[in-house]
Amino acid sequence: MPSGFTTFVEGLGRTRVWRSIFRSGAGQSTLHRSLAIQQSVFLHLFPTKVRKRMIAVGATWYLGILTLGTFLLLVITGILLMLYYHPSVPQAYADIKDLKYVVSSGLFLRNLHRWSAHAMVFLAFAHMFRVFYRGAYRPPREFNWVVGVILLLVTLLLSYTGYLLPWDQLAFWAITVGSNISAAVPVVGDKFHFLLLGGNQVNANALLRFYVLHCAILPLTAVLFLVVHLWRIRKDGGLYVRKSEPKDVEEPQAGVMAKEKQ
Amino acid sequence: MTPEITAKPIDSEEELSRRSFFAKLGLGSLGIAAAGTVMFYYRYLSPNVLFEASPVVNVGKAENYPVNSVTLDATSGIYLIHAAEGFFSLNAVCTHLGCLTAWKPEEGTIACPCHGSRFSREGQKLAGPAPKPLPWLKTWMSDEGNLMVDRSVTIPSRQFLRV
Repeated sequence: MPSGFTTFVEGLGRTRVWRSIFRSGAGQSTLHRSLAIQQSVFLHLFPTKVRKRMIAVGATWYLGILTLGTFLLLVITGILLMLYYHPSVPQAYADIKDLKYVVSSGLFLRNLHRWSAHAMVFLAFAHMFRVFYRGAYRPPREFNWVVGVILLLVTLLLSYTGYLLPWDQLAFWAITVGSNISAAVPVVGDKFHFLLLGGNQVNANALLRFYVLHCAILPLTAVLFLVVHLWRIRKDGGLYVRKSEPKDVEEPQAGVMAKEKQ
Repeated sequence: MTPEITAKPIDSEEELSRRSFFAKLGLGSLGIAAAGTVMFYYRYLSPNVLFEASPVVNVGKAENYPVNSVTLDATSGIYLIHAAEGFFSLNAVCTHLGCLTAWKPEEGTIACPCHGSRFSREGQKLAGPAPKPLPWLKTWMSDEGNLMVDRSVTIPSRQFLRV
């Protein structure tokens, strides 16, 4: 027996405004549900149909989507922190202190940003270990592994650039040491060091450049590769589950190898 | 005679067709424009004026530094050392990864807090990952009688300034 709410939702699905946004309509058939995924700009990255075993916890431990979750959390808390933080030498450290002690909920949002950052690095590594030991990096998914490595590098660079922004002693010396490591690159190292810091020392230019990298360039790069990474899952035949792989892709078992040799 | 030469068939391996000539011209100009764009942004990203401290540091009167004293100027990152042989100045920035070192009077060594490099009072490397000794810096007496150090000019070691 349909409740009032169900009738309301079904009625809403038939309105002209709804149908102008969601072309697939409100039907419950397999075709309707497939079209709802296929015709949405956000959902069309994902397959219209997945096998239940692909989305079981045991298949992936959800490590990839958890990494994405921490990233979204970092974007939201990061934008909120940007409303109080000035990337300038006289103000940066004082603004972090204000966020901690003066701004309402500032302490919570700053700590959420910091802990999510640690969690994202941990989850990205856990995700990669899982993919590696499962053998999910092998063809046809080898390109998505490469995209994943780029995403790991962007994650580490986000972590590194964000480390300078509190402008305390720990931040200052960590960036001094880290940027000097980059200067060790043959031939272009010193030039790269100068461009990265906007000078020879970790100073006002360096703070501003790291801020721009942390808040604009690196997050946009991450989103760009993230879109390719998610879309590529569908293009490469869905999430890796050993049971659903074609037989010729399976790695040969030790026993099989021994038999073939005889 | 002349019509015979013009009537010769065009050697396709040597002669460019009009289409491929324009294609090459177009790609070449795009390549030059791309190189110019890279140079343009490289130059934009390299600052021409730096608001950094002057490399020349005035460390004051020689009388302020008794014999066998080691004084660290943390803001400019230099040591002024008054040895028995005379004055000299060392760069206090570790040659490993750029941390500021500290003088340990109880051990008579210069130590880096970041990765544990150690140097003698004259800058020689004693231990740790540092690849080079601490460089000696140009030190002189100004006309006003102040000791001056130029952080950008290194000199061979054991060139003492006698006052």
